Amino acid sequence: MLSDIQQFPPFREPQPAHDGHGHAEHHEPGFWSKYIFSTDHKVIGIQYGFTSLCFLLFGFSLMLLMRWQIAHPGVPVPVIGPLLAKFLGQPAAGGIISPELYNSFGAMHGTIMVFLGVVPLAFAAFGNYVVPLMIGAPDMCFPRVNMASFHAYFLGGVVMVVSFFIPGGAAQAGWTSYSPLATTIPTDGQAFWLIGMVLLITSSLLGAVNFIATIIQLRAPGMTWMRLPWFVWAQFVTAFILLLAFPPLEAAGVLQLMDNLAHTSFFLPTGLAVGGQLADRSGGGSPLLWQHLFWFLGHPEVYVLILPAMGIVVEVIANNTRKPIWGYKSLVYSVLFVGFLSFIVWAHHMYLTGMGQKIATFFQATTMIISIPSVIILTCMFLSLWGGSIRINTPMLFALGFLPMFGIGGLTGLPLGLAACDLLLHDTYYIIAHFHYVVAPGTIFALFAGVYFWYPKITGRKMNEFWGRVHFWCSLAFMNIVFMPMFLQGIKGMLRRMSDGAVNYSAARVPGVIDALPGNIMQLNGVILWAAVCLGIAQIPFIINLFWSINHGEKVGDNPWRATTLDWQTPTPPPHGNFTEEQVIERGPYEYSVPGAAEDFTPQGGPAKNPTTHAPAHH
Amino acid sequence: MSESEKPVSLNSYVRLCGVVFVIVLCTTSAMIATSFAHLGDGWTLKVALILAIAVVNAFLVAGYLMHLLSEKKLIYGVLIFTVLFFIGLMGLTMWAMSDFPTGTAVR
Amino acid sequence: MDIPYTVESRPDTGLYNAKLGIWLFLASEVMLFGGLFSAYVLLRVGAAPGMWPHGWLNVTLGTINTLLLALSAITTLLAWAACKVRDFTKFRIFHACTILLALSFLTIKSFEYHDKLIHYEIVLNNGTFADGHLVEKSADFDLAKKTGTITLHGRIVDDEKELMDLRTPEARAAKLGEVTVAAADIVKMGNYGPRHNTFTAIYFTMTGLHALHILGGTIVIFYMWAFGGAMWKTDPERFTNRIEVSGLFWHFVDLVWIFLFPVLYLT
Repeated sequence: MLSDIQQFPPFREPQPAHDGHGHAEHHEPGFWSKYIFSTDHKVIGIQYGFTSLCFLLFGFSLMLLMRWQIAHPGVPVPVIGPLLAKFLGQPAAGGIISPELYNSFGAMHGTIMVFLGVVPLAFAAFGNYVVPLMIGAPDMCFPRVNMASFHAYFLGGVVMVVSFFIPGGAAQAGWTSYSPLATTIPTDGQAFWLIGMVLLITSSLLGAVNFIATIIQLRAPGMTWMRLPWFVWAQFVTAFILLLAFPPLEAAGVLQLMDNLAHTSFFLPTGLAVGGQLADRSGGGSPLLWQHLFWFLGHPEVYVLILPAMGIVVEVIANNTRKPIWGYKSLVYSVLFVGFLSFIVWAHHMYLTGMGQKIATFFQATTMIISIPSVIILTCMFLSLWGGSIRINTPMLFALGFLPMFGIGGLTGLPLGLAACDLLLHDTYYIIAHFHYVVAPGTIFALFAGVYFWYPKITGRKMNEFWGRVHFWCSLAFMNIVFMPMFLQGIKGMLRRMSDGAVNYSAARVPGVIDALPGNIMQLNGVILWAAVCLGIAQIPFIINLFWSINHGEKVGDNPWRATTLDWQTPTPPPHGNFTEEQVIERGPYEYSVPGAAEDFTPQGGPAKNPTTHAPAHH
Repeated sequence: MSESEKPVSLNSYVRLCGVVFVIVLCTTSAMIATSFAHLGDGWTLKVALILAIAVVNAFLVAGYLMHLLSEKKLIYGVLIFTVLFFIGLMGLTMWAMSDFPTGTAVR
Repeated sequence: MDIPYTVESRPDTGLYNAKLGIWLFLASEVMLFGGLFSAYVLLRVGAAPGMWPHGWLNVTLGTINTLLLALSAITTLLAWAACKVRDFTKFRIFHACTILLALSFLTIKSFEYHDKLIHYEIVLNNGTFADGHLVEKSADFDLAKKTGTITLHGRIVDDEKELMDLRTPEARAAKLGEVTVAAADIVKMGNYGPRHNTFTAIYFTMTGLHALHILGGTIVIFYMWAFGGAMWKTDPERFTNRIEVSGLFWHFVDLVWIFLFPVLYLT
């Protein structure tokens, strides 16, 4: 074993000045090169993390405004209504959210949450900070590409935010931007959206190339594939999904940009009428083509949202059950299979477009098949709890919360994968509830777990445990009060994307065809609004905790969770270059409570020079 | 760099390039000839033939100029998946666009 | 801090970082152009019968461009080979050729674009179509005010379909001459820009995106051609790797053209 380790080129010693606070001694980089134009993966990870958390908060605020409008259509927004009217002008005249503004908020809420919030946080922030540490690498493969990736992301975010303030406001065609709607709305918001998306896609591509190359090339000696922490596997598969699924959307974005700016007809059919008049377009295009290209990314994107989150949960669970994760190999093969299959399920988002039965059957089959590895992953997580001496702390609470929440989200997705049920449930609040259960109490809970878990590595201090628990229990309660009623509303037939909260729809009554929505279903809108407000308030402890703990949290050592993986074997915070000595990896990632070991955790590896207590590697 | 074990000479590359360029000339001419030839009505046969020749051309560029033929297994792995997903994208989209529910008219 | 395998290959993969990186990037490029080619196929298959154009592009210019790119791909390979045998002068010569060939390609491409942008199709109020390249507009030509005349070098046809397939014997036999049309007779007028129909749309988009790739590649190659001397002196191995990696990108751009040329020009 050692012989094939030694054929790797010798580890290049960091400069002697490095001793944990290394860079203070040789020249101290200025503010700009240290925080803005940094090429250090840890700084870039923090940049991503901070920016994406801000965007999550921003996207959440948009949602609060929309929920107000749904619960109280046409009533001026309290408190910030005048501000809206001042900054957004006509669409928010009198502090009332007009239908156009509601559409903008809806489109931008989705876009911001998915492309500027969750993906950058789950993939780019945690991936950047943790993956190189976990595999024993000094940095990412291409540090400058990494920096460019963040800057492209930031620029994309700026374009998206700026679009709120242009005449006509931001994009209004939904985060899916279906043509011809996206092209025929006579404002410039969509063009901004597309340019922003092209920047974000570019950022993701650069990031994905970097992650894959880093995981393949920079694993420390002895870090074989089957010794990778599962989090790294999840990031690896995610990177491949981003690498290969995003470009078709980039192509589609370019085509739609041509439609909007050069007046082509890629996605506009022949004979398209706008506002009762034949549009001045050549026609001949295909609206469905946009949907195919969009969902070719759109569905894999779901796995981009969930896989890194699952990776975090696996790390936290293994660490806090103090025993090896159950079924490591099953987890690895499942995540690979999910990644592969996620490319051929996309059209289950399009059953309503008049697909033939044959192709619908194909996509139903692949959709049902892909639920198998997802269930295997979730089952492995549940079984890992069995017989463990579980240590309850804030990260573990969030990880445990993830399990049933993601379970609800996943299982309620099954009816949507079958065309017969989907035809009824599509475009209702049922869909909203389903995917928010996956992403909000699912992914975002996992991301919170990650923040609480790796915070001590980043700052050297733990976040406050009491307020962490307050944050968890309040979030858990209000999340469920927000989303659970939506299942009911959806099943009763309440459509999504209605700026009046379905008031007109509920009044419609055609005997035998349309039945009015019952009053109690409509009243749920008020319940959801106030639960959402409370959910927002529940995040305040987190925000304060996050900043307060930087200087006032409980001081801890390098490995406060007594974890096995390499990210905890570095100094805290890790210096530039991460490891002060070369690491040699001798065992799998989850060697907790090994019988006969001195401690209840046995680190994956250690410095190469003093091979102390290590038994021969077993695998 | 892996190729550095082999002795390299510029002339061997010049020879390779000469051969490649002559073949590219031939294939390009063949494509144009096919395009203007009379091969019955319709374009289907011509398109198939021309694309087949283009694939030969592409193989030359990828195989020899990008030296893919002597590349590592890892790269083959990445490209195989890419090609599979590309086929999935184009094939399934084509299938979806040509499959209509029973009883509905085609266009 | 040094990142391992920036120059030498990692033993178990046999690759240095940048080479893996560029192939991953090219994989994503395959999917990017794959999406565009899928769009092309669907638009073409979905076009109304007889409404997909044939023979609209200049095959001679397309062929010249194909050969220019093939030659540039060869000089790129030779530039890398020159680096491998540590001959910087020859590297400079070969890549100078690459850059010149790339610029010639872009020049020809812009002529082709210009040719499409001055090519007009005019719907006349008697239901016929005037089609041809712009010769001149009279000084008082104004479509909105319906004053003045426009002169095209082309022909007048009864049915728009006659303009679609320029490879048919009838179209080839058609006589082109100067056609002068009064603005008062014009129902609709537009050039062969992207919005003309889905063919010109996909033609401009795909070749435009391809041209952007050419431009980007040329800038990178020029950068290393002009400023690579410093790295060549300190770390020739690393410089050679950079030339290889940028060459791989360049060959990929050539590869895309190998498919663009037949699908747009020849079929």
